[in-house]
Amino acid sequence: MMQESISFTPQLAASAIARNLWLIPAVPIAASGVIAVLKQPRRKTASALAIGALSFSLLLALIAFAHVLSGWANGQAVRETASFTWFQTGASHVDLGWVLDPLSAIMLVMVTFVGLLIFIYSTGYMAHDENYTRFFCFLSLFAGAMLGVVIANSLLLLFMCWELVGLTSYLLIGFWYFKPAAAAAAKKAFLTTRVGDVFFLLGIVWLFAQTGTLLFYNSGTGSMEQAALTGLLAQPAAWGFTAASAIGLLIFAGAAGKSGQFPLHVWLPDAMEGPTPVSALIHAATMVAAGVYLIARVYPLMQAGALTGGTTTALTVVTWVGAFTALFAACIAVAQNDIKRILAYSTVSQLGYMMAGLGMGGVAVGMFHLITHAFFKALLFMGAGSVIHGCHEEQDIRNMGGLKKYMPLTFATYSIGMLALCGVPILFSGFWSKDAILESAHGWPLSHAPYYMLVFGAILTAFYMTRQVSYVFFGAYRGHGHPHESPRSMTTPLAILAFFAIALGALGTPAWPWFRAFLENGAAVVDFHAFAEPAWLMLLLTSCVIVTIGIGLGWMLYGSKSPAADQPDVIERAAPPLWAALRDRLYIDEFYGVTVIAFYSWWARVADWLDRRVWGGIVSLVAFVFGLWATLNRFLDTNVVDGAFDKSCEEISTSGGLLARIQSGRVQTYLRLLALAVVVLAILLFWSGRA
Amino acid sequence: MNPLTGYLLVAALLFSIGLAGALTRRNAILVLIGIELMLNAANLNLIAFWRYGPHPEALTGMMFAIFSIAVAAAEAAVGLGLVINIHRHAHTTNLDQMNRMKG
Repeated sequence: MMQESISFTPQLAASAIARNLWLIPAVPIAASGVIAVLKQPRRKTASALAIGALSFSLLLALIAFAHVLSGWANGQAVRETASFTWFQTGASHVDLGWVLDPLSAIMLVMVTFVGLLIFIYSTGYMAHDENYTRFFCFLSLFAGAMLGVVIANSLLLLFMCWELVGLTSYLLIGFWYFKPAAAAAAKKAFLTTRVGDVFFLLGIVWLFAQTGTLLFYNSGTGSMEQAALTGLLAQPAAWGFTAASAIGLLIFAGAAGKSGQFPLHVWLPDAMEGPTPVSALIHAATMVAAGVYLIARVYPLMQAGALTGGTTTALTVVTWVGAFTALFAACIAVAQNDIKRILAYSTVSQLGYMMAGLGMGGVAVGMFHLITHAFFKALLFMGAGSVIHGCHEEQDIRNMGGLKKYMPLTFATYSIGMLALCGVPILFSGFWSKDAILESAHGWPLSHAPYYMLVFGAILTAFYMTRQVSYVFFGAYRGHGHPHESPRSMTTPLAILAFFAIALGALGTPAWPWFRAFLENGAAVVDFHAFAEPAWLMLLLTSCVIVTIGIGLGWMLYGSKSPAADQPDVIERAAPPLWAALRDRLYIDEFYGVTVIAFYSWWARVADWLDRRVWGGIVSLVAFVFGLWATLNRFLDTNVVDGAFDKSCEEISTSGGLLARIQSGRVQTYLRLLALAVVVLAILLFWSGRA
Repeated sequence: MNPLTGYLLVAALLFSIGLAGALTRRNAILVLIGIELMLNAANLNLIAFWRYGPHPEALTGMMFAIFSIAVAAAEAAVGLGLVINIHRHAHTTNLDQMNRMKG
C-alpha cells in the first residue's frame, strides 16, 4: 500500500522552525495559565487571550506547514526533530522532543484552525454563562495539550499531553458540574479512558524496556526506526505474538479508549453533557481523533513485520475493531432522539472508519478521513449548538422541526455537513475520504467482511443523518417559544467550516492524491485517467447506491412528516423490540453495569469489610496494646518519677526560703555578718598559727 | 614594750570604735564616718609596720598610706553622693528603712 519514497532524500538537520515548534502548544498553555488567575468578570480579557494565543499558534502552524510543504516540493522528506534529555538514571535516559513532519504539520494546521473557529464560536455560545472565564481557561489548556500530542516526538511526551487532554476533557464535560448528569458523564469519561490508558502505559514501558528509547525518530536510533523495529520483531512475546505486535496492541488499547472504539466507546455519547463547543472541539474534531493520530504516529511499529502488501496482527485487530465500531455505532445512532447524542454515535462510527482505514489502507487513508471528518463534524456539532441555542436549550429532536425557515444559515451549513458525512459523491469531502477507506477495504486480502460492514455502516449513516435533518429542519415546529437564528460569531465559523467541508475533498481525489503523496513523501501527479479506472467507477457506483438508499429511505420514512414527541417513531411502530434495543444503546451500559461496575462495587464492599474488620481489628489491637503500655507508664510517672522529683523540688524550695531570710535588705545586718565572719576567720588563723 | 605594739593597739582601738560605729549607728552618714575610722586604722597599721619593719628606708608603707588616703577620699565622695541621692529619693538617711533589696 505504501509508496516507497525513493526520490525523496531524508532531511535531518532541524531548522529554526522545528526547533521552536514547542511554542505552538506552549503559548495556549501559558494563556490558560494567565486566564486561570483572572477574575471571573474579566470575560473579554479571557476570550481575547485565548483566541489571541491560538491565533498565534495557528500562524506558527501555518509557517511550519509552509516549511514542510516547501521542503516536500523540493523533493525532501522533511522530518525535523528536536529533543532533550529529561532525566537520566544510570545508563538509560529518558528523552523528550518534538517532530516536524508532514503528519504533524497537517494535524497542527487542522487543530489550530478548527480550534480557533470553535473558540470564536464559543464567545457567542457561552456569552450568557457566568463561568465564561473558566471555560476559556480550560479550552485554551486543552488546545495547548492537544497541540502537544501532535508535535510530540517522544511517546512519553505524547502520553503526558494525552493525559492532560483527558484531564481537560473531564473538566469540560463536567463544566456544568451542578448538573448531576454532567458530573457523572465527566467521571465516566475519565475512568473509561483510563482503562485504555493503563494498557497504553504498559505498552510504553514495554517499548522502553525493549528499545531503550521513547523517541519516535532520532537519526536512526528512535523507536520507530529500522534498528529498533528489527529488534522488536526478533523478540517473541507470548502466544505467538512478536513484541512489536503486542506493544502495538497495547498502544491501540489506549487509542481505543480515547477514540471511543468498541468496547470503550461508552463514555463518548455521555460526554455530550458538556457545552456544545466542547463537544465540537474535543469530542468530535480533535481529542477523539488523537487516538487515530497516535496509531498513525506509531504506524511503523504497527506495520513492522508485514509482508509486502500484507498486514500484521496489530493492524488486523485495528481493522476489525474499527469496522465493527463503525457499524455498531451507526446502528445505535439510528434510534437516538438527542441531537448531540446522534452526532456522538456518528462520531464513534466515523472514528471506527478512521481506524479501519488505518488498518487496511495506511496512514494517508485514515488521516485523510480524520482531517475531513474534523471539519464536517465540527460543523455539524456547531450547527447543532446553533440549533440548541435557537430553540432555547432544547436538545430533543422530536421537539424541533421546521427550523429551515427560522434558521436559514444554520440549515444551509448543517445540510452541507450532513451531506459530507453521508458521503454524497463528487461534491463533498466526506465522499473522497470515505471512498478511500472503502477502496482499501475492498482490496483487503484477509476478509471481505469489514468491507460489507463499512458499506452497511455508510448506508446507516446516510439514513440516520437524513432522519435527524428531517426531524430538525423539516415539517412543522413542535417546540415551545420562537426559534431564532444565532449571532454572527456563531454562524461565521459555520460558513467557514462548510466551505472546507466541501473544498477539502479536492486534496485527496484519486486523480490528484496530494494528501497521500504529501504524507508519504511521494510526488503528487495529476492523472485524470484514475477516474476512468473500472475499480474506482465501481466504488463511485457503490457510493451512489449507498447514499441513494440511505437518504432515500430516510426521506421516505421521515420526510416532512416526522412525528411529534408523544408519538412513536416510524421504526418503533414497525419493529418495537429492535427500536428499544437500539434506543437503549444495545444495553452496553447496562451490561457494564451488571458486570464491571457490579464487580467493582462487590470488590469495594469486600475491601470495605477487610478494612473495617481485618485491618481495622489489627489496628485496634495495636492501639489497645499501646494504650495499656501508656497506662503503665502513667502509673510509673505519677507514683515513682513524679514523687522523687517533687520531693527534691520541695527540699530546694524550703532551703531557699531559709537562706532568703538572711537577705533582709538591711545593710547593717550584712555588715554584722561580715564582721562576724572576719572575727571567725581571725580566730581560725590565730588558732592555726598557734598550732 | 615594743613601740610597734603601742601603735598596733591604738590602730586596733581605732578600728574597733569605727566598726562599732558602723554597726550600731542608724544614720548613714555616721556609718560612713565609722568606715572612715576603720580605714584610717588600717593606714596607721601600714605606717607602723613600715616604720618598724625590716626596710624602713624603702618608703613603701608611706606610698601605700598615701594611695589609701586618696582612694578613701574618692570613696568618701562617692559614699556621700550616694547618701545624698538616697536622701533625696527616700527622704531619710535611716539605714533600717532602706531594705528594699530584701530577698
